[in-house]
Amino acid sequence: MTKKRSRLIAEGSDWTIEAIAQYDSEIGRIARNYGLDTYRHQLEIITAEQMMDAYAAIGMPVYYHHWSFGKHFLETENRYKRGHMGLAYEIVINSDPCIAYLMEENTLTMQALVIAHAAYGHNSFFKGNHLFKQWTSADAIIDYLVFARNYIAECEERHGLETVEQLLDACHALSNLGVDRYKRSPPLSLEKEKMRQREREAYLQAQVNDLWRTLPRHETAVADVEERRFPEEPEENLLYFIEKNAPLLEPWQREIVRIVRKIGQYFYPQRQTQVMNEGWACFWHYTLLNTLYDEGRVNEGFMFEFLQSHTNVVYQPPYSSKWYSGINPYALGFAMWRDIRRICETPTDEDRQWFPDIAGSNWRETFDFAMRNFKDESFIAQFLSPRLMREFRLFAVLDDDSRAKLQVDAIHNEQGYRTLRMILAEQYNLGSSDPNLQVWNVDLRGDRSLTLRHFVHRRRPLAEQSNAALRHLAYLWGFTVRLEQQAADGEVALLAECKTEKRRPD
Amino acid sequence: MTVRIVDRRQDSRNKSSVNRSRFIRRFKGQIRKAVADAIAKRGIRDLESGEKIGIPGKDISEPHFHHGRGGVRESVHPGNDRFQTGDEMDRPPPGGSGQGGKASPDGEGLDDFVFTLTRDEFLDIFFDELALPNLVKRQLARIDEYRRVRAGYTQSGVPTNINLVRTMRGAAGRRVAVAGPYATRLRGLQAELEEALDEVPPDAAEVERLQREIACLKARREAVPFIDPFDLRYSNRIRIPEPSTQAVMFCLMDVSGSMDEAKKQMAKRFFMLLYLFLNRNYEHIEVVFIRHHTTAEEVDEDNFFHSRETGGTIVSSALKLMRQIIGERYASSTWNIYGAQASDGDNWNDDSPRCRELLADSILPLVQYFAYIEITDGEPQNLWQEYERLAVTHAGLFALQRIAAASDIYPVFRELFRKRLA
Repeated sequence: MTKKRSRLIAEGSDWTIEAIAQYDSEIGRIARNYGLDTYRHQLEIITAEQMMDAYAAIGMPVYYHHWSFGKHFLETENRYKRGHMGLAYEIVINSDPCIAYLMEENTLTMQALVIAHAAYGHNSFFKGNHLFKQWTSADAIIDYLVFARNYIAECEERHGLETVEQLLDACHALSNLGVDRYKRSPPLSLEKEKMRQREREAYLQAQVNDLWRTLPRHETAVADVEERRFPEEPEENLLYFIEKNAPLLEPWQREIVRIVRKIGQYFYPQRQTQVMNEGWACFWHYTLLNTLYDEGRVNEGFMFEFLQSHTNVVYQPPYSSKWYSGINPYALGFAMWRDIRRICETPTDEDRQWFPDIAGSNWRETFDFAMRNFKDESFIAQFLSPRLMREFRLFAVLDDDSRAKLQVDAIHNEQGYRTLRMILAEQYNLGSSDPNLQVWNVDLRGDRSLTLRHFVHRRRPLAEQSNAALRHLAYLWGFTVRLEQQAADGEVALLAECKTEKRRPD
Repeated sequence: MTVRIVDRRQDSRNKSSVNRSRFIRRFKGQIRKAVADAIAKRGIRDLESGEKIGIPGKDISEPHFHHGRGGVRESVHPGNDRFQTGDEMDRPPPGGSGQGGKASPDGEGLDDFVFTLTRDEFLDIFFDELALPNLVKRQLARIDEYRRVRAGYTQSGVPTNINLVRTMRGAAGRRVAVAGPYATRLRGLQAELEEALDEVPPDAAEVERLQREIACLKARREAVPFIDPFDLRYSNRIRIPEPSTQAVMFCLMDVSGSMDEAKKQMAKRFFMLLYLFLNRNYEHIEVVFIRHHTTAEEVDEDNFFHSRETGGTIVSSALKLMRQIIGERYASSTWNIYGAQASDGDNWNDDSPRCRELLADSILPLVQYFAYIEITDGEPQNLWQEYERLAVTHAGLFALQRIAAASDIYPVFRELFRKRLA
């Protein structure tokens, strides 16, 4: 690099392609010095409208068409135009190469911030964190989305917009219960996907047909089957169950169920690591840009502008503020990563007592360990320090609907730290925030009805709209669907029943 | 190692328009209702912009299985400024700020979903309700007056457009170009022939060969056509859109006690459509609102649609006022005049023949078109009967229609468009 002339990378607030490239190479150099391991990346400059587009399509550059994305687009557009929200200054795509969007309205400072935040911060997280490694295949996702869009467009042509739309509506309704939480999904790739899709179609149909065989069987076989439950083990991945077992679905419908399920699965790690991931990216843009400043490569004007956006992003309004809407994951994540570095570099006695393993250790190694091996829930349970709880002045409230008043369970004091930390960690446990619903039984010998059982957790009921979601399930299943509820004491009650008279549409 | 920077700003604009149109298609029912409400609030000149539309949030929610309210929950909040362990407090009201202020996880917020329809989307839905056929919709959505202007020459066209000068100039050039080489060789051969003839004794064989060759070349030169289809040039004209000049639209409405709000809204649709049609065809449009009961007066749009009067009805008063205003302000040589009258058909019996005479003698000769709509589902009364006679004598200039629902408005326009399209 040319360091002989002005040491500043660029001046002024208008960006140029050259200035962005220079910032990128400088930020990249510092990131490598810190040992950040990233995918290659690509910066894409887009307009505000394209940014809203990307919002609507959950940040993906290619996506299939559906009215709900149009709705989200209109919503975003409306709020943006009325000035109720600024657009997020970045969207980054977990792919290899990692794609980061830069909005054309941003100033040069903001572009540098986004590069540091997305192209180095998020990017290294995507590459390092175990959940992303295990669940997502960064090199194949774009291919898969292209496959999905083309396949669905083809289905729309062949089977009509309404039919496909109804199917997608139903799949979307179940999408939060369409993830495998414990098994690893095989990697996806376009060629393989296309090739295997046909095989799968034929094979699956054969399987299902066998399940619903109408030919009479041997008497002895019947006796056997009656003993057998189906499914043998309750299944919590509703979309998976539908894809494999719904008797009336056409092969193309199964494929679409699969597409929605796969894409939902792909985003699952992002939902699981929001605090960590955003905090990590904030920590790195903060650290990288500050290092640039220390080296004299950017001036005070740059830093003021950067710090202003930065503080806006990591601000945590108190519970009593009218802006309060829960804990800001950016704020919590950023504070936790900073705090971990502090514990490593200048530990207090309290830190030594609470974190004997990491107090005084090499912070880069500790960071790597934490970034690679945790998700929000465990990250908070492991690393939230008493000092941070005091700083945030955290308190826990118990809301029990059998009691008239709310009760403060724990506050930021010696007795409260562990409870507080446990409750906060539990708040990020997706397993308990999504209702626990399982496919409990299918009446194979009778009316083919499907029974869904809700295992009630801490007496939390299902929301009213569950009935609408149940109708979507019934549409997919094609026969009667029942929703039962099993209370903690094992008592089972029927919540709702959704009868369908639907037969194969000929 | 340099980073790859891709400028995508020019790519795929309007990528979400597919999703957007699907959204609109899906919720057409709700959107149509919202559009109907919006039309009631709009001025009739005000059809050129989009519209901000709100539809009930509940209708468009996407259901999921979620936890609802209730049960046992623990949550952590920041910014403790007063609580000690064991403190108790009242539940904050749902939806208030403080805890639980987060967008309700049930997704059952009942706020209207507000968004803006573009002008095209708005008109589409507006037309939809009026049951206009596509041809007419296209007609309305487009500028349809064209002027033909010269635009160079083409090699194909109809015989009447042949441009003789260009064609002949081209032909002459071609003849020179094609026959030129023959002429040169011919001159050479002629010279040779003369030389051969000058020799003594002439070489008979050589002379004959030269003569044959000369004859052959001459034949070839003759064969070059005087004019070839290739030479033809036609004057080219293209159509460029041009709104014709100016128009004035008279809206006449009965505001006597019997015209209720619903009838006025129906009339408003009719006026709007007429305005829209005129707007496509004329550069400048003025609208004159005349309301009448027993007497007529010129009012502004707001008063026209919203104030109510009581009393009897004398239609001729409005027609007289219209004639007077035409005479004062709109000399018909420079203005295209359109009249639209809406009424529920009530009129004093002895006034109706007077209306017919007024129209036939002094108004219809001045206007491009006069439309009368009767918004009623009762029996036709004397005004209608008188007007029916006019429709026979002034076919193509005068239309009348009885309207019970918005979709009945269209036939009046069918008449109008047939005329324009002819």
